[in-house]
Amino acid sequence: MSTLSLPQTSYIRDNSRTFTDWLKSWLLTVDHKRIAILYLLAINFFFLLGGLAATLVRVELITPQGDLMSSDVYNRAFTLHGVIMVFFFLIPSIPAVLGNFLVPLMIGARDLAFPRLNLLSWYLYMIGGIFALIAAVFGGVDTGWTFYTPFSSTYSNSNVVMTITGAFIMGFSSILTGLNFIVTIHKMRAPGLTWFRLPLFIWANYATSIIQILATPVLGIALLLVVVERLWGVGIYDPALGGDPLLFQHLFWFYSHPAVYIMILPAMGVISELISTFSRKRIFGYEFIAFSSIAIAILGFLVWGHHMFVSSQSVYAGLVFSFITMLVAIPSAIKVFNWTATLYKGSISYRTPMLYALGFIGLFVIGGLTGIFLGVTAVDLHVTDTYFVVAHFHYVMVGGTIMAYLGGIHFWWPKMTGRMYNETWGGIAALIIFVGFNMTFFPQFILGYLGMPRRYHVYPPEFQILHVMSTAGASILAIGFIVPLIYLGISLRKGAIAGDNPWGATGLEWKTSSPPPTFNFDKTPIVTEEAYAYPPEAAERDAAAWRPGSPL
Amino acid sequence: MATITHEEAHTHTHGPELQHQFETPEQQKEAATLGMWAFLVTEIMLFGGIFMAYIAYRWAFPEAWEESAALLNTPLATVNTVVLLVSSLTVALAVNAAEEGKKRRLVTMLVLTIVLGLTFLVIKGYEYSEKFAHCAGAKDPISWITGSDLHESHECLVPGRGFHFPAEHGSASGGHGAAKTATMQSGHQLFFLLYFSATGLHAIHMIIGLGVMTTILVMAVRDRFSPTYFTPVEIGGLYWHLIDIIWVFLFPLFYLV
Repeated sequence: MSTLSLPQTSYIRDNSRTFTDWLKSWLLTVDHKRIAILYLLAINFFFLLGGLAATLVRVELITPQGDLMSSDVYNRAFTLHGVIMVFFFLIPSIPAVLGNFLVPLMIGARDLAFPRLNLLSWYLYMIGGIFALIAAVFGGVDTGWTFYTPFSSTYSNSNVVMTITGAFIMGFSSILTGLNFIVTIHKMRAPGLTWFRLPLFIWANYATSIIQILATPVLGIALLLVVVERLWGVGIYDPALGGDPLLFQHLFWFYSHPAVYIMILPAMGVISELISTFSRKRIFGYEFIAFSSIAIAILGFLVWGHHMFVSSQSVYAGLVFSFITMLVAIPSAIKVFNWTATLYKGSISYRTPMLYALGFIGLFVIGGLTGIFLGVTAVDLHVTDTYFVVAHFHYVMVGGTIMAYLGGIHFWWPKMTGRMYNETWGGIAALIIFVGFNMTFFPQFILGYLGMPRRYHVYPPEFQILHVMSTAGASILAIGFIVPLIYLGISLRKGAIAGDNPWGATGLEWKTSSPPPTFNFDKTPIVTEEAYAYPPEAAERDAAAWRPGSPL
Repeated sequence: MATITHEEAHTHTHGPELQHQFETPEQQKEAATLGMWAFLVTEIMLFGGIFMAYIAYRWAFPEAWEESAALLNTPLATVNTVVLLVSSLTVALAVNAAEEGKKRRLVTMLVLTIVLGLTFLVIKGYEYSEKFAHCAGAKDPISWITGSDLHESHECLVPGRGFHFPAEHGSASGGHGAAKTATMQSGHQLFFLLYFSATGLHAIHMIIGLGVMTTILVMAVRDRFSPTYFTPVEIGGLYWHLIDIIWVFLFPLFYLV
């Protein structure tokens, strides 16, 4: 299907005359692609904000004494970092930006099933974000992002209610996005696009959406009850009044453990796309990758107790949770093995998105394997609430989600903007981030194993060398995040025109123009083949055609 | 390959209610219905948190539960249950009327539903104010306003600092220690806290449901529906049924334990 000659205008252009009209055309848009761009801007803003808070934390930890800030300010800094990064960056990042942009494109639909609901999601996200920001400006919160009772209910004097309201509202944004995706994927697939012809990114987002609609309301009610307890001085979680703080932990982790799969599953979807495209091969074990996403989503609901091994939870419950936690490793490993098998005898081109994908695999393997350490109750007792845990979840959540998020942004950048970014700088930034990331978080495994507890602003002097390494790594990481902002920004004006399919990738999103027209396709596409339908000899041909200096 | 824009492709095949992203009215309807079902699942999970708390605390304080439930106004709640169940019937009839294109019946049924919903809220409001009146020392809400007729015993079932569970209803009289009394007091307070949270959250949903029904009523009066297009009535009805079902669970759990 040739789309070059078509007169439809791209979704970015409009013929508004005045600035107000232009602003309205963006802020009141129901186009999923424009909403994705709105999310992109908002989410990156929150990412920088969360990064700023992380900087404060890392700078304080350069010396063993608390010289930059008091323990109270330090508590507020790491809580701000956690709340912003978890609720306003990691959870919405890939589904809300890439998912919003790509789900309708990949399934050959004109838009999501409920475009206005989609816009509402963005507004809810923004309102939630504003609540969190106001709470931060007027003194911040000191409970940690987990809002554990009784810290958050009885003992904290900070803006808990305000922040919780922010997280609560953002939760509804997440629910509505998930609902929209589920309905869209069920009902709006193009003719011929059967479930097993769907790109794996769609499968991953489908699994994510199920978690979003099932788990998020439970967090909502748990947080709502904290607010009730604080405002009216009643004792739903207060042991002095008969309540049980553990109830909060159960309800909280019933959401927040699946929430880490909300972060990582869409990331895995992105990686499947990247690996296949840049190896010029069909994905290995398509069905296994697809079903492992669903398996992770289901098992993810049954492991929340592994966050509570040292609470007063029953030892037998702990054993069961430990066992099911091990089971999660199976579908995760299936994915990793399938990706590596896809690479085998592929014609691998080390373009920027591929660098991120390979980086993802490395970081995810380390993060995942240390997760097994933590799932073993005996080891967990030793490292609970230490930097080992901090390092583990940063490897999985940050190393996983951010690598995939950036990889995905680079991969679909030509589709979103119609322009190519600078490949040289792209590769350099990807390497800087990989090095900076490992330098930041690997020392934290050692710190944690040696007994450095998390959330402390002072520490014994013998830990200083590792903390200094970590802070140095964080500085490198920060540079790695700023460089893409610059060259991606420049590419908007000066980048080469990308064309419809600069990577020679399969997938419906590459069959429409770049940037796509408002209704995505001029004619509803009809799908006749599976996803990643690279012919068997594609990799060989690609390798034969390869020469130094060629773009691919 | 001939290129036709989608506006041209199906301008003449459907009514104005078909949104641009859908191919056919059936697809739009299926999407709306599936979306509503998915939303109902999230609602159940939202209440699920409260039910979980209920299970945990009822297990911890079985006696407190039994004694507290006796102090709720079961006759009024029974009336309310009937009111809600009848409203479910009227909603179902409204959907049926819409399907058959009978506008008058549709409007009547929607109005009836709204009236029944309001009745529920008024009765519920009276129940709440009874509890608050007792806290203020009055016998019932009316004497609370007029300032006459004091309550015979000190009782305050609204959770908070003033909470006081009347001793004659408690089992603590028969030689139990003081510590036991304090725990019992906590158990009772938790019961009423969950009672107010669960029924309050339910009442909020009722208010939203009434808003939905009113919107549908306005749409019905303005002739927006036809036998081929009545999706809002149908999914609005689904939402209403969910509110009813949640009450059907709340009623025995709190009043009849």
